[in-house]
Amino acid sequence: MTEIVALEALAARVAPGQSLAIPVDRSGVAMAATAAIIEAGIDDLHLICVPISGLQADLLIGAGAVKTLETSAISLGEAGGAPRFGAAVRAGSVTLRDATCPAIHAGLSAAQHGVPFMPIAGIIGSDLLKVRPDWKVIDSPVGEARKVVVVPAITPDIALFHAPEADRAGNVRIGRFRELATMAYASRKTLVTVERIVDRNLLETEDSAAGVLPSLYVDAIAVAERGAWPLALWDEYPADEAEIARYAAMARSEDGFRAYLSAFLTHRKQVA
Amino acid sequence: MSSDHERREILIATIADLLDGIRHVAVGASSPIPAAGAMLLRARNERDGKPPVRISILGSQAHNFFTNGGIELFDCAAQGRVDAFFLGGGQIDGEGNINLVGTGDYPKTDVRWPGSFGSAYLYHLVPRVILFREEHSPRVFVPKVDFVSARAITPEVPRRGGPYALLTNMALFDFDREAGGFVLRSVHPPFTPADIRENTGFDYAVPDVVRETQRPDAATLALLRGRVFDELAETYPAFARTMKQAA
Repeated sequence: MTEIVALEALAARVAPGQSLAIPVDRSGVAMAATAAIIEAGIDDLHLICVPISGLQADLLIGAGAVKTLETSAISLGEAGGAPRFGAAVRAGSVTLRDATCPAIHAGLSAAQHGVPFMPIAGIIGSDLLKVRPDWKVIDSPVGEARKVVVVPAITPDIALFHAPEADRAGNVRIGRFRELATMAYASRKTLVTVERIVDRNLLETEDSAAGVLPSLYVDAIAVAERGAWPLALWDEYPADEAEIARYAAMARSEDGFRAYLSAFLTHRKQVA
Repeated sequence: MSSDHERREILIATIADLLDGIRHVAVGASSPIPAAGAMLLRARNERDGKPPVRISILGSQAHNFFTNGGIELFDCAAQGRVDAFFLGGGQIDGEGNINLVGTGDYPKTDVRWPGSFGSAYLYHLVPRVILFREEHSPRVFVPKVDFVSARAITPEVPRRGGPYALLTNMALFDFDREAGGFVLRSVHPPFTPADIRENTGFDYAVPDVVRETQRPDAATLALLRGRVFDELAETYPAFARTMKQAA
């Protein structure tokens, strides 16, 4: 059964050294839970960005929580490059597993289907194949004779995201952000923060059930109001562009980042 | 060119022209000028009674019809349902290869850019990939990229996708897939072909006549400054506001 727990208890379910799948900025990023993870000192994480990340990954990297970074890109979007990511690459302090967006989706899809790898179009000729020896180019075993890339299944220990609402049984509304379902199918455990718990059953009608991830795939839920802040949450609230720009400016230096992080963690505690 | 906004209007109108004839164009993140170009084509086709154009703008709700999550754009491209897409590059070389990763030796690159995004895949699958990079300089347009995020030509595998054109602040190039390189098509005023040579680090072909890039006509500008910037404001409010104010 899906457990409804406090935010700190949810974060405590992430253990050092685990692989953690997180969604792209617009899909519903669990920023409040990210603060709780950093606060709890969980580190050595293998971060899997589905398929890219921004502020969340940069905060975790800056806080020293990330050992391995698997992503197709890290960017703060309009606010520019991700400063702590850039610094970590220069320092060589994070092991990079550069990818391309559909390869991450394909790897999760392989795990979703319980198969060891997934073939994927394109990619041939890219230097990504040189830096990702786990990706293979094979002769297609069926159909016309041709080369095709295969990528191994990605089975994250934990999937973590934020959504507007869940019901008391643990069914979570994910709208048309279907990658959240793929993450949950592929992962060993799924942790979700929500704006609110609703009394009605989200699976009650065809209309309400259509955009819902069933509780079968959801291990624990915590309520975190404005839990994606300063990132956007769908129709609920827009991104706090000024706050993200402030982060981008402060995080250029290690000291600036430390100051931002400290204020961010304090702010999150006050909200909670 | 008298101002930034006029330069940008020429880029947007040029993109709309490059997209002429397509059915579906997708636009990636942080791409206000390509998004405006796609919207201009859609508005112009509607005005002229030409076939409708579908637009998928990443990060937009109003101008994005996908319902199957982040993978749908990629699946759609694999099915041959995406006719055009835009890619940039921290470096772009004369063979059309793009680098979105960084300069120097991987992984400890001297300069690190965000990453390859979907480029390694989409370059193979989308027939009309328009390379768009405003900065036109020898540090961007290099003889050989330091890291190939996506390769333009791969004779070892069948592919329908690849570079179609390269548009910069200074010029428009076509990509010749047979020859495997760029051909200068037009130069944005006030630049000359000599300026382009000086600021391009790779070799490219130059036809006997290089014309000036056409400025948008009055009807196009009216469409752009009205409907298109209004539509664009949903995804790129700051950019749309600046362009409307300057016009």
